[in-house]
Amino acid sequence: MKKRLNLLFTSSVLCSTLLLGYIPVSHAEQEGFFSWLITLESRKGVKPVTDETYNEECGSCHFSYQPGFLPEASWQELLTRKALEKHFGETAELDEKDRKHILAIAIENSADKSRYKRSKKVMASLEENEAPLRISKVRYLRDKHEDVYEKVVKNSKKIKSMSLCDECHQKAADGVFDEDTVVIPDYGRWSW
Amino acid sequence: MKKSILIITAMFMFQTAWAQSAIDEAFKTFSENGKLKFDAKRGQTLWTKNFPAKDGKARQCSTCHGTDLSKEGKHAKSGKIIKPMAASVNPERYTKMKKIKKWFKRNCKWTLGRECTHQEKGDILKYLTQQ
Repeated sequence: MKKRLNLLFTSSVLCSTLLLGYIPVSHAEQEGFFSWLITLESRKGVKPVTDETYNEECGSCHFSYQPGFLPEASWQELLTRKALEKHFGETAELDEKDRKHILAIAIENSADKSRYKRSKKVMASLEENEAPLRISKVRYLRDKHEDVYEKVVKNSKKIKSMSLCDECHQKAADGVFDEDTVVIPDYGRWSW
Repeated sequence: MKKSILIITAMFMFQTAWAQSAIDEAFKTFSENGKLKFDAKRGQTLWTKNFPAKDGKARQCSTCHGTDLSKEGKHAKSGKIIKPMAASVNPERYTKMKKIKKWFKRNCKWTLGRECTHQEKGDILKYLTQQ
């Protein structure tokens, strides 16, 4: 009897969990507790981007930075048509359809809306209304990389730019930036 | 088994045909419907021609892409690896007209400081696709 009840309980919990996954949720709730419960998605790093256009267009000169590294206001300023014509001294013009598509992804997943750990830390390190245009200007990321830049990257023959995150962060594309995933070319591991 | 070989062969053929159609389309556009003729030799010369840049260092196509097109290149500023340009090694590069157009626009502006003419684009493309 007890066993049967147990089974009944387990299956009803399972069913309701599954059902919850199918209840249409509004956009804001998609990142909510229940969807997390169902996917058990890790929120330790930043939210990875799977969109092909985003990764191809943003990743052809530098690492395809996830939107969760900057607040919406930064993306709004960076990804205007005008701004992309002179993107840190380079031309990064996109056709309008792609530009709007990429901007929408950036806004939707920007740091100020994200529940991921690193995005929250980015936001916590910024002043109110601060919208940096360079990811390297985000205090949290700058503080984390100051030492490694001075001691290794500055004189490295292998790494020419801090914009190639995945040179050292082996799982950067998956949004994972944990210490144990860092291997610096010609140097090895790094401890924070 | 036989079926899968057939499918794989068909996919390869499709890819080749697909790449060819984008290249054809590009040549058609750049030639202004057959008016201009292209020359791979001229393209090659342009590939290593120096253009002055604001930072004082002259730029040429090969600054980032190198002169051996079957090998990878390296972005002059960021050091990011750039996949080979030779169509024979990296045909994927030439499968979309949109991509061909985009990179000519961006990279001509970076290297020459202006957009390339149809003649220049056609010559370069001829050079790249013959490699």
